[in-house]
Amino acid sequence: MTSFPASQMIVGGVFLLCAATTVAGALIAALTARIIRSVCGLAICCIGLAGLYYFLHSPFLALMEILIYVGAVCVTIVFAVMLAEPDEPVRDDKLSSTILWGGFALLICVAMFCGLWYLGAHQDWTTPVVRVNDGSIAQIGRSLLTTYSMAFELISLALLVAIIGALAIARTGRTKE
Amino acid sequence: MTPTPLPDRPDLYFIVAALLLAIGIFGLLRRRTLIGMLISGELIFSAASLNLMAFNRFRVPDPTVGQIFVLFIMGLAAAEIAIALSIIIAVYRNYRSVKTKELSELNG
Repeated sequence: MTSFPASQMIVGGVFLLCAATTVAGALIAALTARIIRSVCGLAICCIGLAGLYYFLHSPFLALMEILIYVGAVCVTIVFAVMLAEPDEPVRDDKLSSTILWGGFALLICVAMFCGLWYLGAHQDWTTPVVRVNDGSIAQIGRSLLTTYSMAFELISLALLVAIIGALAIARTGRTKE
Repeated sequence: MTPTPLPDRPDLYFIVAALLLAIGIFGLLRRRTLIGMLISGELIFSAASLNLMAFNRFRVPDPTVGQIFVLFIMGLAAAEIAIALSIIIAVYRNYRSVKTKELSELNG
């Protein structure tokens, strides 16, 4: 046991805070009408997710989550928002069909969530496993360059193709106005 | 017997991941602009990553596997964002709008 008496409660509280941040950020991202608030919700969600990764014994992925999602993806989306002004349109169509389809989507998602909750909560996940290594950053680097070197090279190729493709697509149709 | 501390309970991670997936799919169905749909897609990616990491911590002998998998998911998500945003900008240049209702040229 640790010497500090309430340390377990504090750790549990921080964990709950991370989970609540994740869920709240996701709700903001999916439900607000303004797209820029939605991007901020995605950033909040990713920060909470980084905390959850830290609790899953992977500080490296927590760092990467903040670096890639908050630092790159959200900033890129903000640039697109600046260029394309994509606010949600006002509901000018027929109100009843909008509510009907919204309720249908909500029903599907609630059913999916309840099913997954049931599956996750009613299994015995506590079987201990024997660890072959500690999962540190040195181990990750070692297996990236030995076991997964092929996938590593392929993803670098995929990123290169994505960069060139993005440049090529965004360049066409540009006119001098 | 003391209760299991909260961060060591796998079902909590699965519930958060299921919630992220459900919110992401709801946003994907409800949003009416392309960028909003893209953001909801990112939420679904996050749900998959969290699920894989939870399995990686509690069930897998080699803990580097899940981390590398999630790293690759992040890389592919970044590539997807780059491509999708350039497509969105090209669409906006042609149609002056990214609302999904107005992009109906292929609608029969």
